[in-house]
Amino acid sequence: MLKYTLRRIVSGTLVLGIVSAIVFSIFYILPADPARLACGKSCTPELVQRIQVALELDQPLAVQYGRFIKGIFVGRTYLANTDAARTCSAPCLGYSYQTDLPVRQLLMDRLPATLSIAVGASILWLLIGLSSGIISALRRGTWIDRTSQGFALAAASLQIYFVGLILQFIFVDKLAWLPMPGYSSPFEYPLDWAKQMVLPWVTLAFLLSAIYSRLTRSGMIETMGEDFVRTARAKGLSSRDVNIKHVLRAAMTPIVTVFGLDLGSLLGGAVITEYVFNIPGLGKLATEAVSNLDLPVVTGTVLFAAFFIITANIVVDLLYSVLDPKVRLT
Amino acid sequence: MIGAPIQGRSPARMAWDRIKKDRTAKISAITVAFIFLLALASPIFTWILHTTPDQFHPETLDPSFGTNPVGKLGGISAQHWFGVEPRTGRDVFLRFAYGARTSLSIALSATALATLIGVLVGLVSGFFGKTVDLVLTRTMEIILAFPSILFALAVTPVLENLLESWGVPTGNATRIPVMIVVLSMFGWPYIARIVRGQVISLREKEFVEAARSIGASRTHLVFKEILPNLWAPILVTVALNIPTMITSEAALTFLGAGVIDPTSDWGAMLLASVPFYSVDPMYTFIPGFGLFILVLAFNLLGDSVRDALDPRSSR
Repeated sequence: MLKYTLRRIVSGTLVLGIVSAIVFSIFYILPADPARLACGKSCTPELVQRIQVALELDQPLAVQYGRFIKGIFVGRTYLANTDAARTCSAPCLGYSYQTDLPVRQLLMDRLPATLSIAVGASILWLLIGLSSGIISALRRGTWIDRTSQGFALAAASLQIYFVGLILQFIFVDKLAWLPMPGYSSPFEYPLDWAKQMVLPWVTLAFLLSAIYSRLTRSGMIETMGEDFVRTARAKGLSSRDVNIKHVLRAAMTPIVTVFGLDLGSLLGGAVITEYVFNIPGLGKLATEAVSNLDLPVVTGTVLFAAFFIITANIVVDLLYSVLDPKVRLT
Repeated sequence: MIGAPIQGRSPARMAWDRIKKDRTAKISAITVAFIFLLALASPIFTWILHTTPDQFHPETLDPSFGTNPVGKLGGISAQHWFGVEPRTGRDVFLRFAYGARTSLSIALSATALATLIGVLVGLVSGFFGKTVDLVLTRTMEIILAFPSILFALAVTPVLENLLESWGVPTGNATRIPVMIVVLSMFGWPYIARIVRGQVISLREKEFVEAARSIGASRTHLVFKEILPNLWAPILVTVALNIPTMITSEAALTFLGAGVIDPTSDWGAMLLASVPFYSVDPMYTFIPGFGLFILVLAFNLLGDSVRDALDPRSSR
């Protein structure tokens, strides 16, 4: 187990290294003048000159990338030996000249909002998805099953931005039950935080629970026909024990996989949700950075998101081996 | 009872018979066909309505209420069937019809390109195995580790910049090909993985062995022996891929990295409707509902195709 875990972490780190190299070279080689781009829309020739030196664009790409990687471990100082020196302590993910802040600080400032969306929404969609899936599976073929699966199918075809705007129109503009979505600190203003998060949570959960409902239902129905379930029943276990301890547990494995991957990609930035509801999370930071062509921030957000996806993949694989006794680690 | 003589039916025929009996498949196929027809026939509506999707109609806007459409439900009238756009007064029905064109052609081109790459890579990776397989599966793993929406969003202006530096004019002429490339770049690994798995199980089968033993070339083995056995899983993957591509295309455009004005597109219409959603909700509702129906129909159709091709599966 330990050996397998270590191997997965090493290969995950390698993948992250390759992803970072690709992202780095694409964003730094492709545009005609990265310094001009990094400088933003209101820019002077002197500023371009300064950024060119600061971004070390006079250096070969491999050197630039090497310094970037080194900065992650030991930190670095931009424009050293000048009066405009900017220190960026480890782990340094680059420096945004447009905002005059280290990229890591920008990411950390935006992480809480994304975390709030992801955690709240995932609890909600698991509750809705699992319970409706279990009910559907146990009442297979009844009107409850058909209605909930019909809903799930429709919800899976809806778009976050469409549902988000419609719900905002109804509950904020017309009924005024909720404030405009946004982000306040859950520690200082817990009530405001919850009220502002309701719409993002509900919208995301509404669309995503559909997949979980269908997965739970089909997984449980499939397991119910297996021999070990018949054995459990023959031993005289109550049908509730059989359904929960045996059927649901076996059906959980694919759900854990999907859940891990969904959560992983959401943590890197709920891009569309944050964009629609104007919530200052990582996804919003990325869209802002893209429209301002703030390349260090763009690189940072993409890498941060890739980190979450890769970590989620590793965690899911490890959980899989714990949950499913059939899985052998190699 | 004396019936008709028993006839042999090919698997394709059996699948087709199953699809024909499926009511959901029929309704969703008709829905998809209807939207295709609307997209194809959009120039006819220009002729019927005597206006174009890009023409401004300031007379339909209410000057005293800012720039909102006159009349109920976003200015729906006999002339403007779906109302008019706030601020410009452009006809929403025509923009919807032309938007279906853009959305469908981008999504279908991206699906086609992703399928082509995915099938080729899957065939090569599964058939040749060893180092080739290792390199290709690792490539897929790396692509799947990319945050696709974020990366697509970020890479679009960069690619555009590059094309611009080569002297290609910016605008939709470059945006649309860039979108197709970006969408298919993240779509092909899913197809390749499925094809690869199928190829690995087929490659050791007796009929392949037989062809190999009489000296068939590797190209013959891959394209004449193995590929013809893969059309069912490929068809299912394509059918389920189209709605994903439609969704991603709309999402990218909605986030501002896609089709830009004046070309119409459903994602672009939704984006344009955001500032007006509270005063003119109809303008948000029309493209959003169109997208919902199109994606739902394609999803249902994909499910039906899968059920018809795989008799063991049941909903």
